[in-house]
Amino acid sequence: MSKELIRLKDVTMSFDGETVLDNLNIYFNDKEFLTLLGPSGCGKTTTLRIIGGFQTPTSGDVFFDGVRINDVPPHLRKVNTVFQKYALFPHLNVYDNVAFGLRIPKEADGGADKPGKRQTVKLSKSEIDARVREMLEIVSLKGFEHRSVTSLSGGQQQRVAIARALVNRPKVLLLDEPLGALDMRLRKDMQQELKRIQQQMEITFIYVTHDQEEALAMSDTVVVMNEGKIQQIGTPEDIYNEPKNAFVADFIGESNIVDGIMREDRVVEIFNRRFACLDAGFEKDEPVDVVIRPEDVDIVGEAEGQLRGVVTSVTFKGVHYDTIVDFYGFKWLIQTTDYCPVDSHIGIRIDPDGIHVMKKSKYSGMFGDYSSYSEEYDEINREEPEVSGDEE
Amino acid sequence: MKNKRSLFAVPYVIWMALFVVIPIIIMLVYSLTVTVDTAQGEVLQGSLSNFTGMTLYASVFGRSFWLALVATLICLALGYPAAYLMSREGEGFKRVAMALIMLPMWMNFLLRTYSWMAILENNGLLNQLLRKLGIIALYNRLTGSDIEYFQMIRTPGAVVLGMVYNYLPFMILPIYTVLTKLDPKLIEAAQDLGANSATVFRRVTLPLSVSGIVSGVTMVFVPSVSTFAISRLLGGGTQMMLGDLIENQFLGGAYNPHLGAAISMVMMVIVVICMLVMNHFGDGEGEAVML
Repeated sequence: MSKELIRLKDVTMSFDGETVLDNLNIYFNDKEFLTLLGPSGCGKTTTLRIIGGFQTPTSGDVFFDGVRINDVPPHLRKVNTVFQKYALFPHLNVYDNVAFGLRIPKEADGGADKPGKRQTVKLSKSEIDARVREMLEIVSLKGFEHRSVTSLSGGQQQRVAIARALVNRPKVLLLDEPLGALDMRLRKDMQQELKRIQQQMEITFIYVTHDQEEALAMSDTVVVMNEGKIQQIGTPEDIYNEPKNAFVADFIGESNIVDGIMREDRVVEIFNRRFACLDAGFEKDEPVDVVIRPEDVDIVGEAEGQLRGVVTSVTFKGVHYDTIVDFYGFKWLIQTTDYCPVDSHIGIRIDPDGIHVMKKSKYSGMFGDYSSYSEEYDEINREEPEVSGDEE
Repeated sequence: MKNKRSLFAVPYVIWMALFVVIPIIIMLVYSLTVTVDTAQGEVLQGSLSNFTGMTLYASVFGRSFWLALVATLICLALGYPAAYLMSREGEGFKRVAMALIMLPMWMNFLLRTYSWMAILENNGLLNQLLRKLGIIALYNRLTGSDIEYFQMIRTPGAVVLGMVYNYLPFMILPIYTVLTKLDPKLIEAAQDLGANSATVFRRVTLPLSVSGIVSGVTMVFVPSVSTFAISRLLGGGTQMMLGDLIENQFLGGAYNPHLGAAISMVMMVIVVICMLVMNHFGDGEGEAVML
């Protein structure tokens, strides 16, 4: 098990009386790829800025390697940041951007903890050169040394920003929606690239994004946040398969979330029908939220279905059809390779492992209904607007 | 489409031709000729004597550029920190500071300069104040001298003061504009990479505000070097500058428009060279200032 590197303890952050982070407790392990995931305004960027030292929490403590660093300014912290829009220095070329941090005399190790005894180390020109060139090679920008950063494409600027941060060999790299400005294809490439770099350099990445696919694809650990609170921490598989509440279930992937009653262990009642499931440990007859992923529903003939409904809309998505089915007034999204025309009457079956039961939460009833499917669909597919600033 | 749009430039082109290009040509012709009396009356005759005879006025050239340089440097020294502080303050402070900077500019230039005369005069406001406070007496006692007033008006210092007072806003505004446009993320990025505030300023803020400095220096230096009102009113005739010299050739007792034109041409060339050198430092971003 890798060791703990950063810990936020009871961290609360308010701006003008508005609570942005609400009593956050979280730790980050060494060499881990951890993602803070949530909608804009959930406090994920603020969390990152607190770790980077750009904001001081209203209350609570930040520990780095066991030492409290609340009052350590950003330039003395052993973390580096890849900023949302890269923040490359426009007056410097690629090489000088990357060399920026190396050319600054650093305090000798431990200096940050013991102010007063200031021993600085200055790297030699040849060492700086070797490290800059090595790093440019890692991010595949060899030969771009003397290009102006303003002449580079978004993807290339992104690489410069990563190289500029990583060349300092930080223990932790903070990435604030680093792929937000890139197009879809480039984004996918950069995701793999980032993962490869993280594994190659063996350092901790703390990655902020609102893109759940990105989070699932890259992370060792995902932290889902909303309204300044942590909703769930887990591996991507845990988060997807065992969401803790309706918010997480809805935010990560598509979910039908319906009211159910836990009749006994491994039996849940939905729409007055009993379904076998794998969940246990609830009170008898406890009201619960039931998550059914659209891909876990099998469409069968009306007669042999556990539930019967009417198809209200069908959208061809390439691999599958997004089929909206009305069950007793509640609309579900079902992803199926079978084409069912609108107005056809169908039955469905759900295997026990396709049903996930959650405790009721404040988010119950807010998500997972596809009645207003078309609008919701637009919302999901629209690029989320830039979130910089609204969390500050 | 493109041709149609270029029609919009016609008024400006006419304006430029009438009031910039043609006057410069006239000046050039004047500077390269002298008026000679002949039987047919006065005629122009080509000559370089205007330029060769200009060495007489080397001290005026020297004083003009020196005082303008000193004034520009003082403006920079005062203006940059002011612009820097303003750019980092809240909106309310910015508005008030901006209003205070602009306010004097809305008053008549000559009026402002006359006010300084009244202040700096031998028997002016400042000397009266110093006398009332006993500072002049104290000075006399300490140095064993016996003066009635401090000589302030009719000194190079008074001229520089006048220039700084009148042109300081032109230094502050472009620098302020550049600094407010500076992305705060760049400052954070530099801090993140280990730069303390001094290093951030030296390696990021300052280099990125050079274009503002170039604009400011240009906008202070050019009017300073060619001023005549300030040097005449506050220099009291003892601090003759190029502007006074030129004015004297066109309107004054030394009437000789040919020499005046020649001095103007030389001054223009020197200023252009100075600005080209400045713009080189500004990485070409200050080029727009030239026109």
